[in-house]
Amino acid sequence: MSQSSTAGTWRSAADMGGLPGLGAIDPPPEEVLFHDAWERKALALTLAIGATGSWTIDHARAARESLPRYSSNSYYQTWLDALDVLMQERGLASATELATGISEAPSVKLPRTLFASDVAAALARGSSAARTPQATAKFSVGMAVKTSMVMPRGHTRLPVYARGKKGVIAAIRGCHVFPDRHSARPTAPFDDRPEWLYTVVFDSTELWGIGAEAGNHVSIDAWEPYLESA
Amino acid sequence: MTDPKPTAADDHDHDHDHDHGSELSAMDLRVRALETLLTAKGYIDPAALDVLIETYESRIGPHCGAQVVARAWIDTDYRDWLRRDAMAAIASLGFSGRQGEHLVVVENTPEEHNLVVCTLCSCYPWPVLGLPPVWYKSAPYRARAVSDPRSVLAEFGTQLPLATRIRVWDSTAEVRYLVLPLRPDGTEDLSESELAALVTRDSMIGTRVPLLPEPPLTYSQQSTP
Repeated sequence: MSQSSTAGTWRSAADMGGLPGLGAIDPPPEEVLFHDAWERKALALTLAIGATGSWTIDHARAARESLPRYSSNSYYQTWLDALDVLMQERGLASATELATGISEAPSVKLPRTLFASDVAAALARGSSAARTPQATAKFSVGMAVKTSMVMPRGHTRLPVYARGKKGVIAAIRGCHVFPDRHSARPTAPFDDRPEWLYTVVFDSTELWGIGAEAGNHVSIDAWEPYLESA
Repeated sequence: MTDPKPTAADDHDHDHDHDHGSELSAMDLRVRALETLLTAKGYIDPAALDVLIETYESRIGPHCGAQVVARAWIDTDYRDWLRRDAMAAIASLGFSGRQGEHLVVVENTPEEHNLVVCTLCSCYPWPVLGLPPVWYKSAPYRARAVSDPRSVLAEFGTQLPLATRIRVWDSTAEVRYLVLPLRPDGTEDLSESELAALVTRDSMIGTRVPLLPEPPLTYSQQSTP
């Protein structure tokens, strides 16, 4: 499995904050965006099929981090593996079709298609996560909060290193779709009910203990269900 | 898009960028099969793929964010606008959209240096910086930026004064952060475009600081053997 469960902590393979032993970053002096031509195509195919509206970015993230090969895959291999999962889950293509490239079954009607002439406008428009608030925000800037200790086994965006920690509300970012619900499998009802989103700032020593450099801070963006008053 | 397209497997007509005579890797074959399938099923317009690649290889990149930074350095009204409403201020220069729907600018000061990471995946402000570099997506950066930022900066050759605190922004939601670095000393006489040339991608992520201006040649330097 791509998740690990040690000392009672269920952790997605994608959740890397604070993990030890991963070595140096070793940034190259000149960065190339793509190592191989296929990576360009992997990017473009992912964006083009993603633009059909068949799934959300939260579905895509959930599919990527659930891959058995998440830790050993290269970045764009992960994107392609997740595409296979997302398309099969929705009946857009079968495993055989994906392996051969030959269409054997009728296609599914998708919400829209991204045509070349629409690319610039579609990219410039983007896809806002903000929604009309259903309730007033529970917290305000400057309030002390504590993050949830819950260890969800599905998709979530509260990193393990920031769970059960005391912080302060630094900003209210609006009312955004909630990934934990928004990423539900296609067998469950689609749910884009929003939650208030906050930037929560922590002292480094609260997160990493007395060995951390005092005076430094780390912030996350956290939805209201991740937070309680402290 | 309507019903199944009558397209046959004539996939090679648009596939004009493969290397003739070289051996195709398993990954080359896989993306080719995927493109063929998605085209045959009518899910994608293959011409859109070329436009997408061209957009993120040439049109959208760190030169966009550098314009924002240079403008903020020379125009205090614009800098105030960035603080108040980064979305509008950045859109006024023509940059908006995918993976930048909720942009926030964080401003370095002598007291505090900002560093941006996404520990959960690779969230990055595409409209102003383009695609993330490989190291930004790597496990070591995602692991250590939050837990040991000063050593991360050192690996990039960035030595901040010890009195400068580090503030790390973990992009765990759809908010995307752009660092507004400190303007280097000795740049008072530079034009906006000369300033923009000093603003590197890494200085807008926070792993480095902007380039220094080339010192003007003096007679003594010119005469040095």
